[in-house]
Amino acid sequence: MPEFVLDLVYLASAVLFVFGLKQLGSPVTARRGNALAASAMLLAIVGTLLDRGIVTWEIIATGLVAGTIIGLLLARTVKMTAMPQLVGVFNGFGGGASALVAAAELIRSGPGVDAGAAAGVTAAAGILVGSVSFSGSFIAFGKLQGFVPGRPLTYPLQRTLNLILFLSLLVASGYLVASAEYPIASAMLAGLALLLGILLVLPIGGADMPVVISLLNSYSGLAASAAGFVLGNPLLVLAGALVGAAGLILTRLMCKAMNRSLANVAFGAFGGGETAGALTEEGEKPVRRTSVDEAALLLAYASSVVIVPGYGLAVAQAQHEAKKLVDILRKRGVTVKFAIHPVAGRMPGHMNVLLAEADVPYDLLVDLDDINPEFARTDVVVVVGANDVVNPLAREPSSIIAGMPILDVDRSQNVIVIKRSLSPGFAGIDNPLFYLDRTMMLFSDAADALGGLAREVKEV
Amino acid sequence: MGEWLIGIYVFVLAMLLGFELITRVPPTLHTPLMSGANAISGITLIGALLVAGGEGGGLAAVLGGVAVAMAAINVVGGFLVTDRMLRMFRKD
Repeated sequence: MPEFVLDLVYLASAVLFVFGLKQLGSPVTARRGNALAASAMLLAIVGTLLDRGIVTWEIIATGLVAGTIIGLLLARTVKMTAMPQLVGVFNGFGGGASALVAAAELIRSGPGVDAGAAAGVTAAAGILVGSVSFSGSFIAFGKLQGFVPGRPLTYPLQRTLNLILFLSLLVASGYLVASAEYPIASAMLAGLALLLGILLVLPIGGADMPVVISLLNSYSGLAASAAGFVLGNPLLVLAGALVGAAGLILTRLMCKAMNRSLANVAFGAFGGGETAGALTEEGEKPVRRTSVDEAALLLAYASSVVIVPGYGLAVAQAQHEAKKLVDILRKRGVTVKFAIHPVAGRMPGHMNVLLAEADVPYDLLVDLDDINPEFARTDVVVVVGANDVVNPLAREPSSIIAGMPILDVDRSQNVIVIKRSLSPGFAGIDNPLFYLDRTMMLFSDAADALGGLAREVKEV
Repeated sequence: MGEWLIGIYVFVLAMLLGFELITRVPPTLHTPLMSGANAISGITLIGALLVAGGEGGGLAAVLGGVAVAMAAINVVGGFLVTDRMLRMFRKD
C-alpha cells in the first residue's frame, strides 16, 4: 500500500475518533460514539497491518491474540462496582505499552536525522510518563481492590526521597538523550519512573484513588502522544492528546466535587480512610428512630420523593431493591427522583452506571445543581448509605469539609436516613442532619431496609 | 516547517479540541467517558505493531510484542466494557 494511502487512512481514523468522542458526550448517542471510536481503532490497525513496513508476523499475532483474549475476559467478567479498578488496570497497560513503544523505537532506529535531540526528549518523556502511569495504576488498583492498604502510606524522609528520585530522573533522561546507549538508558529511566509511580500513589488514601486513576488516564494519553512523536505518527499524537485533555478535565471535575485541590489530593495524605472511629456514641444526642412500617406509610402518602444513594448502597448491592421501591411508588403516582452527588460512587458517574445496571432509567437521575432547588418542595428524602455529601456542616466556614458541594437534603419536609449506625463518614466528622426534628433514622442494612419498604408500601 | 513542529501543532490543537468536547458532557456519562477515552489511548497499539513487526527484529521487536499485547488489552477491554455500561443506560 502506498505511503499516502496509509496517511489518508490515519486521517479518516482521526476524524472518526473526534466524532466518536463527541457522541460519547450525550446519553442518546453515547453507545454509537463508542462504536465509532472502536471502528476508528480497527481501521487504523488494519491500515497499519497492510503497511509495507511490517515484515514479520509471529510476534504481532501472538501479542494481538493474547491481548485480545485477556481484554475480552476482563471486560466480560468485571462487576460494575469494580469499574474504577478495571479502568485503572486497562490504563496501566496502555501507559506501559506507550513506554515500551517509545523505548523500542529509539533502540530500533535511533533518533531521526532531522529531529536529533528532540526525538530523544520525546522518547524520554514517553518512557517516563508511560512507566509512571503503569506502576501508579497498578498501585491504585491494589488499593481499591484491597491488596494494598487503602490508608495513606507515608514513610520517613518522603520529600527528600522524592526529590532525589526526581533529580535522578532528570539525569537519566539527560543520559538517554545524550548517549547512544539506548537499551541501558531506557531501562534505567523506566526503572526509576516505575519507582516514582509507586511512591507517588502509595501516600494517597483509598478514597482518593478515582482522582488518581483519572489523572493517570490523562498521563497514559500523553504517553501515547509522546510515542507518536518518536514514531513521527500524527494519529498517535492526536488521539493521545484528546485523551490527555479528557483525563485532565475529569480530574478537575472530581477535585471540585470534593472541594480539594489536586495538590491536596496528591500530597495531603487526607483521611484515615475506613479506620476513622465513631466520634459520637449512639444515644449521646437524641435521634428519632423509625421503623420500616412508619417510614413506608410516610412514603406511600407522599407526593414527591427523592432518593439520595451513596456508595453504601452499592456495597450492600441494594440498587435492585431501590429500583423495586421506586417502581411501586411510581405506580401509586408518587414522583420519584434520584439525587446524584458527583462523588456518590467510587469514580465520577459511577452511581449512574450502578443504577443503570439495576435498570433505573437515566432521566430519573438528577445532578446536584438541578436537584438542590427542589428539596424545599420535596415531601420525603430517603438517604441510603450516604453521609458526608449530605452534611450541612459543609456550609459552616469552620468545618473541615467547608465549601464541599452538598445535597441540601436538610431543606426538605421529611428525611429518612437508612444507615447501619451513627458512625461518621469518610471525613470523620459528625452529621447534624441526623439530629434534626424532621429526620428519622432507620438503622438497618440498606438492602433489607429498601426491600422491607417496598413490601410495606405495596400493602398500604 | 519541520515534522516535529507540525507534531506540536497537532498536539496543542488536539488538546484544545479535547477540552472543548469533554467540558459539556453531563455527569451521568463520566464513567463510560473515562473508560472510552481510556480505550482510545490504546492507539499506541499502532506504534506497537510497527515496532514489533518492523525490520531489525531483536530486542526492539520483543519489547514491541509485549507492547502489542498490553495495548490490545487496553483497546479490546476498554471498548467492550464501555459498551457493556452504555448498553444498560435507558431512558424512561
